[in-house]
Amino acid sequence: MATRTIVPFGPQHPVLPEPIHLDLVLEDEKVISAIPSIGFIHRGLEKLVEKKDFLEMTYVAERICGICSFIHGQSYCQAIEGVMKIDVPERALYLRTIWGEMSRIHSHLLWLGLFADGFGFESLFMHSWRVREKLLDLIEETTGGRVIFGTAKVGGVRRDMESLTLKRVEDELKIIEKMSHELTDVFKKDSSVKRRTVGKGVLSKEDAITLGAVGPTVRGSGIASDMRKLGYAAYGKISWEPVIETGCDCYARCMVRCRELYQSFDMIYQAMAKIPDGPVDVKVTGNPNGEYFARVEQPRGEVIYYVKGNNTKNLERFRVRTPTFANVPPLVKMLGGCELADVPVIVLTIDPCISCTER
Amino acid sequence: MSFFKKSPWVIHYDGSSCNGCDIEVLACLTPLYDIERFGIINTGNPKHADVFLITGTINEQNLEVVRNIYNQMPDPKVVAAIGICATSGGIFRECYNVKGGVDTAIPVDIYIPGCAVRPEAIIDGVVAALGVLEKKAAALKTMKASA
Ligand code: SF4
Repeated sequence: MATRTIVPFGPQHPVLPEPIHLDLVLEDEKVISAIPSIGFIHRGLEKLVEKKDFLEMTYVAERICGICSFIHGQSYCQAIEGVMKIDVPERALYLRTIWGEMSRIHSHLLWLGLFADGFGFESLFMHSWRVREKLLDLIEETTGGRVIFGTAKVGGVRRDMESLTLKRVEDELKIIEKMSHELTDVFKKDSSVKRRTVGKGVLSKEDAITLGAVGPTVRGSGIASDMRKLGYAAYGKISWEPVIETGCDCYARCMVRCRELYQSFDMIYQAMAKIPDGPVDVKVTGNPNGEYFARVEQPRGEVIYYVKGNNTKNLERFRVRTPTFANVPPLVKMLGGCELADVPVIVLTIDPCISCTER
Repeated sequence: MSFFKKSPWVIHYDGSSCNGCDIEVLACLTPLYDIERFGIINTGNPKHADVFLITGTINEQNLEVVRNIYNQMPDPKVVAAIGICATSGGIFRECYNVKGGVDTAIPVDIYIPGCAVRPEAIIDGVVAALGVLEKKAAALKTMKASA
């Protein structure tokens, strides 16, 4: 038997901006197993419900993760609205869909860049982020923030978009869509990209089910699981189908995200065409009493929000199961048997968000 | 600050932030803001770095990691705390696992508040940090000369 070495990967390392630590057990260049250890970013913000009231917690929820920030806020609000049986106005639901999809596009573009950086394609990284900045300008124009939107609130949204703004956003999005095509074509066709991704980090369909993968990771293994099909916000009122790929490898997961970009653009156009007039929020009275599970699809997969209220201003219990947490066991599976040099690429394909996972 | 004679290299570490500030730090390196035009390069190796950019709060687990990186950096060095989390603990200050801002672990030279910080503010802060770095470098020189 060849000698075994353990290579520590992280917490401070150049691949990801976030600290994750993996102990890689190697036999020559082959990874035999990977042992993750987490906890570097734990803040304990679920316990913060004891100090902040349930309306303030929206802002804390938005800061669970700065990348899918809006969707975190939205999921939290949906959970509270579920407990308190609040009927959110139609227009607010459509606005949530539009902002939600914008943040998905921003997240996927960001990921495409990091992924390109992961296999050393620096110019592609820069190009993705250049396109993303265009979208951030639109986000800033409509919400006031670049990464933390701050527009979700219990009972609706905090800002409206005028019809002129909607029109302008749509025109701009069409330009961004065109720019993204140039970008995704490289991921789709470039031979050097393919050489680093095709057949790497395979997660079979069976493994994806047993290990409970979510989001683009599970859809890249040929399973159509997408929480937006539950029809929350306005997803039930527009036509779309989950994107799936059957390659089961890094390339397939990358393709899922590329195609989801265009799906998101399309969803926004549809929502903009259908958005009704009316108020964007309702007044919230009383305190939450009871419990509720909200399941929402984030750019990285399904997130579950659990809240329990006891008729006081502060929630009794608040719990989040984030997509990256569900994707860590599949990741460990994918890493087994790969080469050391492929580790960053494979780690990136689950689009890890450590800050969500550890909260 | 006159122009800096050497290219300052930065190292970025994410304490326990929400990612919001991290991606803004990264955004500074990409085409729209492009701090590389000032000769600033992001490195992963603490021993190559002059400026330590740190986002997020300090907690029990990462305290040692932050101190380690700081101690490995050669003198002169400056530390910039990015985001309100890194400055004071911000929205997470009351969390049980959070000790507070970065200055609970290492000395901080520049505080850049904001939640999330805007890239313009980060660039401004880094430029201010370079001013401090220059002063520290000069002080180091006189100290060596008199020794
Ligand atoms: S300052 Fe705000 S945006 Fe930045 S890391 Fe902290 S919570 Fe996130």
